[in-house]
Amino acid sequence: MRKIVIVCLIALLTVLVGTVSAQESDNVLIMARAADTTGLDPHTQTAFASFRLLELIYEPLVNLDENLNVIPSLAESWAFADDGTSLTLNLRQGVTFHNGAAFTAEDVVATINRILDETTAAAARANYLSIASIDTPDDYTVVFNLSQPDTPLLAALATTNAAIVDSADVESGDVATVANGTGPFVLDSWTPEEVTMLTANPDWWGEGPNIDGIEIRIIPDETSILAALRAGTIDFALLNDPLVATLLIDDPTIVLNRAPSIGYHVFQLRAAAPPLDQLEVRQAISCAIDRQEVLDVASLGEGQVTAPLTMAAFTLPIEELFCYEKDLDRARELMAQAGMEAGFTLNVIAANAEPPTALSEAQNIQAQLAEINITVEIESLELSVYVDRWLAGDFEAAVAQNGGRPDPYTMYARYWQSTGNLNVVAGYSDATLDELMAAGRAETDPTARYEIFAEFQRYLAEQAPWIWLYVGYEYTAQQPYVTGFVPTPTDSILSLTRVELAR
Amino acid sequence: MIRYLMQRIIAFVPTLLGVSILIFSTIRLVPGDAIVAMLGTEAGMLTAVQRQSLEAYFGLDKPPVEQYIVWVGNALRGDLGLSVRHGQPVLNVILARYPVTLQLAVMAVTIALLIGLPIGVLSAVKHNSIIDLLGRLLALLGLAMPGFLLGTLIIFVLSVYFKILPNSGDYVSLAENPLRNLSQMIFPAFTLGFSFSASVMRTTRSAVLEVLAQDYVRTARSKGLVERIVIQRHALRNALIPIVTIVGVEIGYLLGGTVIIEEIFALPGIGRLLFNAISQRDYALVQGIALFIAFNFVVINLFADFIYTVIDPRISYAHDT
Repeated sequence: MRKIVIVCLIALLTVLVGTVSAQESDNVLIMARAADTTGLDPHTQTAFASFRLLELIYEPLVNLDENLNVIPSLAESWAFADDGTSLTLNLRQGVTFHNGAAFTAEDVVATINRILDETTAAAARANYLSIASIDTPDDYTVVFNLSQPDTPLLAALATTNAAIVDSADVESGDVATVANGTGPFVLDSWTPEEVTMLTANPDWWGEGPNIDGIEIRIIPDETSILAALRAGTIDFALLNDPLVATLLIDDPTIVLNRAPSIGYHVFQLRAAAPPLDQLEVRQAISCAIDRQEVLDVASLGEGQVTAPLTMAAFTLPIEELFCYEKDLDRARELMAQAGMEAGFTLNVIAANAEPPTALSEAQNIQAQLAEINITVEIESLELSVYVDRWLAGDFEAAVAQNGGRPDPYTMYARYWQSTGNLNVVAGYSDATLDELMAAGRAETDPTARYEIFAEFQRYLAEQAPWIWLYVGYEYTAQQPYVTGFVPTPTDSILSLTRVELAR
Repeated sequence: MIRYLMQRIIAFVPTLLGVSILIFSTIRLVPGDAIVAMLGTEAGMLTAVQRQSLEAYFGLDKPPVEQYIVWVGNALRGDLGLSVRHGQPVLNVILARYPVTLQLAVMAVTIALLIGLPIGVLSAVKHNSIIDLLGRLLALLGLAMPGFLLGTLIIFVLSVYFKILPNSGDYVSLAENPLRNLSQMIFPAFTLGFSFSASVMRTTRSAVLEVLAQDYVRTARSKGLVERIVIQRHALRNALIPIVTIVGVEIGYLLGGTVIIEEIFALPGIGRLLFNAISQRDYALVQGIALFIAFNFVVINLFADFIYTVIDPRISYAHDT
């Protein structure tokens, strides 16, 4: 009797488990990721997790390709006036929003006005303040009149934070809820922290999508995402943790995609906090830290040591930068010059698991700085607590992963211009940095701009307000039958429009 | 009995009020608000006007005391407020997730009892034998192995060696597809149930051991009852009280959601909901869930009290004065 019961139980269990492996056979891509979108309003979102959904639904005027070049999106072409005081964009014709409304210049005006309106609390508003007025000579031409020459404006428009929304939605105040964009995918449903359903937009102006839709599942634990990939229950996944992603390197059944990120890992010294206000102390710290070692220990070598600017068009050989080679003698000498041979205690804040490597980075820095008698005290904080203290400038030093931008001005004006919103976080400013930033903003010639920002990087490395460590990779993983995906440094998954499934 | 029930229900009110004040103030004392949780470091780019309009949106623009009074007033009318993250009434959000947690708790406890009770009784009866030793070893393993380890191990073994996975973020409810639902729930329930079975086993063992030493068991045996009847009717029945107590407490905990197991197995239950609500500083949702869990706990305790009178007629809540 008992045996029969046991046999029945085992049989039942086998049947139960067997049903799980039944794979959906249609042309819908099943994608998994750990973090969910925080909201549907493209203008107020700042989380990377939000962009990964909204960039499929909404489109900006221009976009970035995998080399961070500005490419057409809703605008087909554009030109700055010769004196740099206006930007004219020619809009794509025959584009419709998901609700059927036609896209015209009126929508661009409504969108920019919404972003500039402070009560919207738009995240990227500060990047568009040079737009003084907008002219619309016809339905498909928009002219931004600028209060001052602003070269970075064009690349700054290439973000979901400047996605074009329907003017009718702006008027009715429904932008945050309708998800009415022009993009390749239409939002069917969003159950926060569970699942999001998208269907292909048949009227999209571009080529594709080649799939019928996307089902985005939230699997909070990245190890479980890995398991789901191996079990074949998902097609595609976004991964954050290098320690999890690298487990796939030797797995022949799963394809791991890596793109060098433009976001950077950095050890932020706050020069306003003594004794970090002494140049020699900051430089000593810079000389004492082997950046490659931090990368190897915290991130298994997944990435590369970086200069302040992380985008390919502005990179600089790191040998040109101050003390990128570990030099303990010089570090000790600098400490002696500052009268700090005996060392001091440095408090370092690190966010818990954000990035996943934060704590290991802090610990490695702790070990390295012990060699010049600096005692590092690590304070591990929950993310929001960390952000709160970081924003208030309430710390001596911090390990951080900061997002990159395609344009150096947009990327760093917030920190290194004395008027920047986050200058209090950086805790350092001087006239040279202000001048270099202003020059870089106004200059339109690419070669001259490169020179300005090369000087900017050399100067920053020498002043050592921050110790730039490394850039990691943006990881995605997919089944071998998923083809056509192109990884990008901004982690954009817009190329899912080109993906084909050959199950 | 009715009077006792009334007393307990009246005692609810201060408990829940206490819980609500505690939760209301703790979540606000934690640094970082909903704005920082949503915007991260970009919150530093907001102008004063932008910040004010976000504060108004998240309901942070009024003084905390006023916020609390409004909230309690609404809660008394059954309105727990609106979850900013979900854009839905808090109660709806909670009730949508509750079946998952309830089912998980019931299945876990069932599994724990199925494993723990027989082994516990067997261990007590075959006191100090090899069976007892093995049983105690199993209990020790269950207590020592944390759920996240066992859960991850199960997922690892299933996915790597058997290429199957209980759940990859596509949870279906029992009503939608019972077979699939059970296949998704059985492993997390086992993970939870296994460690809980250890405490069931230990409690059962010691309770039965104690009862077996009682005079009435000796009497039962000496009047010639079969050993099976002695164990079932006399020993186990009398040993049930402490077992019911720990099961009651455990269900109470489980109904509060098991954050870790729900995270690992990607189950959309109360635990994960609460965890996310805290990370996002979704104040209304955190308060709602905490109140809901407290309410659950109190009801379960009441239910356990009631079960006592069924198991042991000597216990009575009737007032004898």
